[in-house]
Amino acid sequence: MKSTLNALLAGLLFGAGLIVSGMVNPAKVIGFLDLTGQWDPSLALVMASAIGLSWLGVRLAARRSDPACPTDAPARPIDKPLVLGSIMFGIGWGVSGFCPGPAVVATGDLYWPALVVLLGMLPGLAVAGMFGPAQGD
Amino acid sequence: MDIAWTLFTPWHSLAGGALIGLAASLLLLGNGQIAGISGILGNLLKPEGRAPWRLAFLAGMVLAPLLLWPVMAQIAPSPVETPELNGSTLIRLLAGGFLVGLGTRFANGCTSGHGVCGLARFSPRSLVAVLSFMGAGFVTVALWRLVNGGVSL
Repeated sequence: MKSTLNALLAGLLFGAGLIVSGMVNPAKVIGFLDLTGQWDPSLALVMASAIGLSWLGVRLAARRSDPACPTDAPARPIDKPLVLGSIMFGIGWGVSGFCPGPAVVATGDLYWPALVVLLGMLPGLAVAGMFGPAQGD
Repeated sequence: MDIAWTLFTPWHSLAGGALIGLAASLLLLGNGQIAGISGILGNLLKPEGRAPWRLAFLAGMVLAPLLLWPVMAQIAPSPVETPELNGSTLIRLLAGGFLVGLGTRFANGCTSGHGVCGLARFSPRSLVAVLSFMGAGFVTVALWRLVNGGVSL
């Protein structure tokens, strides 16, 4: 129960972060990807700040040496599904202006484009999931 | 490359990013889990993946805009623009979403799992993933601009 509440709070903070940063706005995301147009560097700062705070969490988890914390996940090879899958994702990201997180949060805001993106995304996740077991991340 | 200084919102970016990083840390320390949204969604699609923490995290994400709705105009850096509802927009969003779902599942992660949590752990796999999806995103929008004469929602 306590850990479920913790996950709920984490989800709320995650959603609030995407709203405050403006990343729920697909126009802002496309503005970051638009290198040859008017480039909006905002997303890079969002990533930098988020990585910094996550790194602190990773350090804290490592110090506790909690076996439940996957801070030292077994290294898997850099393989074709990783690279080709990421390229597919990047194309879809550029075309729609949505990655999975903002699509979920903006759906809660009843923003119809996010709902349409999710209607495409869920079958995509299901189809790819049939090719092999999920490995976390 | 022209930097759009009028669109750049550094303080909102830093504050929002901090909240995202805080959320990822909270989930790691309290649940021992990685805040990867594509993984959470993909696992929830399967009966054996429906763990309470995944449902709770997702519920929190969906509830965030409802709870913040009264102050949305004060905390968001700019109003969210809405594209015109027509056939080509629907096809673009559906096809884009499908590629996002397919690709993130094959790669085992998206902007959150690889981009935030993976890079915070200095994972080489995540670095390769981020360079691949950002590169593909840059090329996609550049081609879109080239073919269409501009980009819009």
